[in-house]
Amino acid sequence: MRVNFTVNGRQQEADDVWEGESLLYVLRERMGLPGSKNACEQGECGSCTVRLDGVPVCSCLVAAGQVEGREVVTVEGLADYAKHREDSHPGGACGSVCGGTDLQQARQWQAKGTDGQTGEGGELSPIQQAFIDAGAVQCGFCTPGLLVAADELLERNPSPSDGDIREALSGNLCRCTGYEKILDAVRLAAARQEEAV
Amino acid sequence: MAGTTTGAPTNVTQKYNQGGIGESTLRPDGTLKVTGEFAYSSDMWHEDMLWGQTLRSTVAHAEIVSIDTSEALKMDGVYAVLTADDMPAAKNYGMEFQDTPILAYGKVRHHGEPVALVAADHPETARRAAAKIVIEYRELPLITDEASATAPDAILVHENRDDHHAPFVPHPNIVHHQPIQRGNAEEAAKKADFIVKGEYTFGMQDQAFLGPESGLAVPAEDGGIDLYVATQWLHSDLKQIAPCLGLPEEKVRMTMSGVGGAFGGREDISMQIQASVLALRTGKPVKMVYNRTESFFGHVHRHPAKLYYEHGATKDGKLTHMKCKIVLDGGAYASSTASVVGNASSLSVGPYVIDNVDILAIGLYSNNPPCGAMRGFGAVQACFAYEAQMDKLAAKLGMDPVEFRQLNAMEEGTIMPTGQPVESPAPVAELLRRVKSRPLPPERQWESSEGADVRALPGGLSNTTHGEGVVRGIGYAVGIKNVGFSEGFDDYSTAKISMQVINGEAVAVVHTAMAEVGQGGVTIHAQIARTELGVQQVTIHPADTQVGSAGSTSAGRQTYMTGGAIKNSCELVREQVFEIGRRKFGSYHPAWATEELNLEGGKVVTNAGEVLASIVDVLEDEVVSVEEEWRHQPTEAFDRVTGQGRGHVQYAFAAHRAVVEVDTELGLVKVIELACAQDVGKALNPLSVVGQIQGGTTQGLGVAVMEEIIVDPKTAKVRNPSFTDYLLPTILDTPTIPVDYIEMADPKAPYGVRGIGEAPTLSSTPAVLAAIRNATGLELNKTPVRPEHITGT
Amino acid sequence: MDFLRPASWEEALAAKAEHPTAVPIAGGTDVMVEINFDHRRPEYLLDLNRITELNEWHVGEEKVALGPSVPYTKIMENLRTELPGLALASHTVASPQIRNRGGVGGNLGCASPAGDSHPALLSSGADVEVESQARGSRLIPIDEFYKGVKRNALEQDELIKAIHIPKADGPQQFSKVGTRNAMVIAVCAFGLALHPSTRTVRTGIGSAAPTPVRAKAAEEFLNAALEEGGFWDSGKIITPSIAKQFATLASGACNPIDDVRGTANYRRHAVGVMARRNLMWTWESYRGEGRTLEGAA
Repeated sequence: MRVNFTVNGRQQEADDVWEGESLLYVLRERMGLPGSKNACEQGECGSCTVRLDGVPVCSCLVAAGQVEGREVVTVEGLADYAKHREDSHPGGACGSVCGGTDLQQARQWQAKGTDGQTGEGGELSPIQQAFIDAGAVQCGFCTPGLLVAADELLERNPSPSDGDIREALSGNLCRCTGYEKILDAVRLAAARQEEAV
Repeated sequence: MAGTTTGAPTNVTQKYNQGGIGESTLRPDGTLKVTGEFAYSSDMWHEDMLWGQTLRSTVAHAEIVSIDTSEALKMDGVYAVLTADDMPAAKNYGMEFQDTPILAYGKVRHHGEPVALVAADHPETARRAAAKIVIEYRELPLITDEASATAPDAILVHENRDDHHAPFVPHPNIVHHQPIQRGNAEEAAKKADFIVKGEYTFGMQDQAFLGPESGLAVPAEDGGIDLYVATQWLHSDLKQIAPCLGLPEEKVRMTMSGVGGAFGGREDISMQIQASVLALRTGKPVKMVYNRTESFFGHVHRHPAKLYYEHGATKDGKLTHMKCKIVLDGGAYASSTASVVGNASSLSVGPYVIDNVDILAIGLYSNNPPCGAMRGFGAVQACFAYEAQMDKLAAKLGMDPVEFRQLNAMEEGTIMPTGQPVESPAPVAELLRRVKSRPLPPERQWESSEGADVRALPGGLSNTTHGEGVVRGIGYAVGIKNVGFSEGFDDYSTAKISMQVINGEAVAVVHTAMAEVGQGGVTIHAQIARTELGVQQVTIHPADTQVGSAGSTSAGRQTYMTGGAIKNSCELVREQVFEIGRRKFGSYHPAWATEELNLEGGKVVTNAGEVLASIVDVLEDEVVSVEEEWRHQPTEAFDRVTGQGRGHVQYAFAAHRAVVEVDTELGLVKVIELACAQDVGKALNPLSVVGQIQGGTTQGLGVAVMEEIIVDPKTAKVRNPSFTDYLLPTILDTPTIPVDYIEMADPKAPYGVRGIGEAPTLSSTPAVLAAIRNATGLELNKTPVRPEHITGT
Repeated sequence: MDFLRPASWEEALAAKAEHPTAVPIAGGTDVMVEINFDHRRPEYLLDLNRITELNEWHVGEEKVALGPSVPYTKIMENLRTELPGLALASHTVASPQIRNRGGVGGNLGCASPAGDSHPALLSSGADVEVESQARGSRLIPIDEFYKGVKRNALEQDELIKAIHIPKADGPQQFSKVGTRNAMVIAVCAFGLALHPSTRTVRTGIGSAAPTPVRAKAAEEFLNAALEEGGFWDSGKIITPSIAKQFATLASGACNPIDDVRGTANYRRHAVGVMARRNLMWTWESYRGEGRTLEGAA
C-alpha cells in the first residue's frame, strides 16, 4: 500500500508498504530516518518514541497505515521542533491547557534542516545539549526515545519534580547509565529553560 | 559492489582548549548520538540489499533427521535458503573452543540454535520463507544440571572433544574445572569457633543491550566481503569468520558500526557469519537485524550458578578457612566458560585474607542456553555467595557486618589463594568505611501533603501500598574483580597515532580497533592524545581491521590496554617530532640536544618551560605516524591441581551500601539508595567514571530483584525471551546512586588507572540482597529475589 | 494482509460484516506486538483510528459513555472524578507512550485476564455496547463479557462501540502487583468500588483466573457484614476480622496458574492483601470525607 504523512515538517510518501509494517520500520528503512531505534519492537523500551500529532508514542506499535495524513516528529527533527516551539511560546511551556503541540501548530511548522533527513545544519535543542553535557549518553541507543519523551515532559511541565521526571521516563529503558545522569540532564535542561525566561 | 553503503562510520573530530586526562571532557560522538545521526549496526543500509533471517531450533536437544527447504525456495522474493550443507568452508567457530556450528548439523544442542538461513527482498518474505522450512527432529535426553551432566551414563553434549582442557576434565560434560588449594582448610576448620555453610543459586542474567544483533555484509568485487557489525572485538571475530567463509583474513574487511551496548554479550559471534555466507551466496548485500526475542537466543548469557560455601571464624572475628564449590552452567557451547571458571575459582575468596582454602569451580556443558561473558565474568556469582556468608558469620559472631569485613579485609601485600600477591593498593576497608559513614536517606520519603506518593513506594505506579507493610533494610557488600585478560593470555592492544598539520593546526589522528560500546573509550583516547601530544584537535578514526587488534572491550581492560597503547604510540610520535625538530632547528638552540622536551599547547617546550618551536613549524607538511602493539606485564596459567599461579593483571574493588524498603506483605521491593565507593586508580574522565559505576550498579540491582532468563528444567526451553517478561530496571526502579571514588594509582598501569566497569556490578547485588534480608529476616539464597520468596508463597 | 481504513463507524461495521476475520486495530499496543513477532498474520487489519467518535467520551447523568479508543492518558487526566477506579487502573497501564495510544476497547477486545482495566470495569458494573451491521447494537453487561482465556462475548461481525460505566457513587480503588515499579504486566490485580447509593460493594480481580472475575462471595459477605454492623450509617472503622474474612474470600475467588510472572499461590495471597488494602483505603475515604471521591494517585 501507499502511505502519505508528514515527518519533521516534510510531506513524505512511502510506496509498496507491506500492511504489517510499523511506522518505525517505514521511518527507518523507507525514509532514511533511522534515528528512532528498534530495541524491542513490543512497546517495552521506548527507544522508538516519536511524536504522533504531538503525542509521544512507540512508533513500533503504530501500523504504517494508521499514520496516513498525520504528523510525525522524530529525533532527527527534534531540534527544529523545539526551536519552533521556543519561537512561538517563549519559555518552553505552552500552558496547562495544551497537552503537547496542537495539530494546527504542528501543521504550520516546517523543518529548517538542510535536507530533512539528517537534521544537520540546525542547533541542538536544550534537552539534546543537556544530555551531552550531563553525561547522559553512553551507548546512545535509548537516547533518541528518551530525548523525545523528555522534551515533551518539559513542554508540559517546565519544572518537573524528580518524581515527575521518573514517571514521565518510566517507559524508556536505558541499560548503560543507571538513569542518574539522565535525571541530571532533564534537571539541567529545565534549569536552563527557566534561566532563559 | 555497485551502490553505496549508508551508515558507514566516518572520522569524528573534536577540539578542546585543554581537554587532557583528568578532565570531564564530553563525548566526541555525543552530538551524533543526540541528533539520531549516529549510525548503529541496525541502521546500515544498502541499495538492493536483501534481508537475512535465521530459523532456529524449537527443541533443546535432538538429532536432525531431515531438513526440507524446497517450499521456502519456491517463494517469490527469496534469494537463498541455506543449511549447514551449504556452508562454504569450516562449519564451526568459537572464541576459545571451535565447538559452535554456524548452522546446526547432526544435532541441535539448545533451544533456539540456528538451523537454516534465508535471504529475501523483505523481512516479511524472509520470515514467511523460514516458516516454510520443514525440520524433523528426533529428541534426545536433556542435560540440564550437574547431576544429569556427570551421571555415569550421561549422554555427551559434545563427543570427541579435542580442546585444550579436554584431557584434564573429570567428565566430558565438564568444560573446565579449576581447583585451588592453599594452606589446610581441613585443619584450620578445627580452630574455628563458628562455622557457617550456605548453598546459593544465581539466576541466568541477560546482557540485554538495547541495540539488537545486526549488521550488513557487502560482497566485494575481489571475492571478499565488507562487513559492518557491532562487536566487542573485531579481530577475534575476524579470526573466526575468515575460516568459515574460506577467505584469507585480508579479504574480510571489518568495520565497527555503532554499538548499542554490549556488556559481554557481543564478545561472541552472532549474525556476522550468517550475513556473510548469505551475501557471498547471493552476490548481494545482506542486512540482518535480530528482533528482541531472537536477541535472547542470539548471544550468550551470564552463567547461572550453584555455589556451596563454608566459612569459619574464631570468636574474635578472624576468618580461619573457606571451602567452596562453584558450579557454573555453560550451556550447549563453551564460549568463554573456561575463563569464567578460572575467574570464579581464583576470586571465590573475595577481598578477604583467608590463608586456608579448598576451592573448586567447574563449568558444565548442558542443553541449556550457552553462557559466556557478561560484566563481572565469574566474579559476580561468587561475590553474591561470599557476601551472604560474611553477613551470616557476622551475625553468628554478634559483630557489625562492616566491622567484621574490615577486620578480614585484604590490603596491598595480601597473598591471594593462588599465591599471587596483591601488588597495588587494595583499600577494601576504606571503601566500606566510606559507604557506611554516608548519611542515611530520610525515612518515609513517600509521605507528602497530598497523601502517599506511590512512585516512592514499593510497587510504584501500581498503587499496591500507601505505606502498609513497608519495612526498611540496609545492607553492605564489597567485591574484587580482576582487570584484563588473565591466565597467561597474550593480552595486547595496538594503536596507530598520526600527527600532521591541517589548516595551520596540528591534528592528531587516533586509529585503533577498539570497540566503542558506549563506555566512552573514544573520549579517553582523545584526552590521552591531547595530554601526550599537546594538541587541541583530535580525530578519532573509525575502528576497523586495517589496524592491529585492540583486544576486547571487556574485562575492564580498554582504558588500561588501548589507553596504554595510545599513550605508548603517542610517546613514539613525540620522539619523531623531536627528531624532526632537531634536524630542522637543532643548530639554532642547544636545548634541542641537551634538554628533556615535551609537547604542550601546540609547541615543543623544554622541561623548564622554554618554547623551542611550534609543532606546526616542526612538521610543516610531514606526517608522523606510528602503529605499535602494547602489552601489560605477562601473567601465567593457574596450576591445574593446586590453582597456584600469577594469573591476574590487576584487581579492582568496589563497595556498596543498599537501602531498601520492602512491602513485606506483598514481597515487593523499592531500592531507595545504592551508594558506591570504588577505587578507580586514576579517573581519566570523572564524568565517565561515575557513569560507568552507576550503570554497573544498576545491572547488579536488576539481577537482585527482577532479572532472570527462566529455563524450563523439563524442556530446557527459554520461557521469557522478551522485554515483557525479562524485566530490566526502569528509572522508577533505580534509586539515587551516590558515587564516592578514590584514586590510588596502580604504579604498573598507565597513569595509574584501574579498570572500573565491572567491580560495581559485583557488590551491588549482594548489598541489595543483604538489605532485603535485613528488612525481612529471611535467608534469601537465590537471585533474583521474587515476591514469592519474601512472602513464602 | 489487507489494511482497511474505514472513515466512519458505518463503514467499519460494513467492513467487519464483509470480513468477519478482520482484526480491529486502534492503539495497536497488542496487535502490533503480535504482528512484529510473527504471532499473528490476520488477513485484514481494520484500522479504527479515523473514526473520531471512538476517541470521545460523554459524561451523562448516571454514566460515562467511553469511546473504546479513548487513550488511558485521557482517562487519567479527564475522568478521575467520574471514574476513579478506572483512572487509577489506567495509570498502571504499561508506559506513558502506551497509555497515550491504548484504550479500554483494546483490553476488552483482547480479553486477556491481565488487562489492567478489567477489575475497574467489573467493580463499577460497566456495560459494553457492541454493534453489527446485521443486528444493530446491544449491551453486554461486563459480568457476561469475559468468556474464557482471551475470549469475549463479541460475535465475529461485531465491534465495540462504547463502554457505559456508572459514575462513581463512592470511593474506588485499584492495585496491581508486578515485579517492577513501572511498565509491568500484572501478576495479579484487584479493584474495589464502594456503592453507598445501593449500599453494596463490587470487586474485580485481574490475572488470577482464566478470565477477569468478581470476588462474589467476598462481596456478599462484606455487603452483609456492613449492613448488619450498621457501618454504612455509622461510618465506623471496619473491624480487622471483617477485613480479614473479606481478604480470604477474595483469595478464594482466584483460580490462578503458575507462570513466569508468578505462582498460583502467590497470586492468591497477593489478591487477599490487595483486597484488604483496597477495602481499608476506600472505607477510610468513605468515612473520612463522606462521599468525597478518592482521586487518582
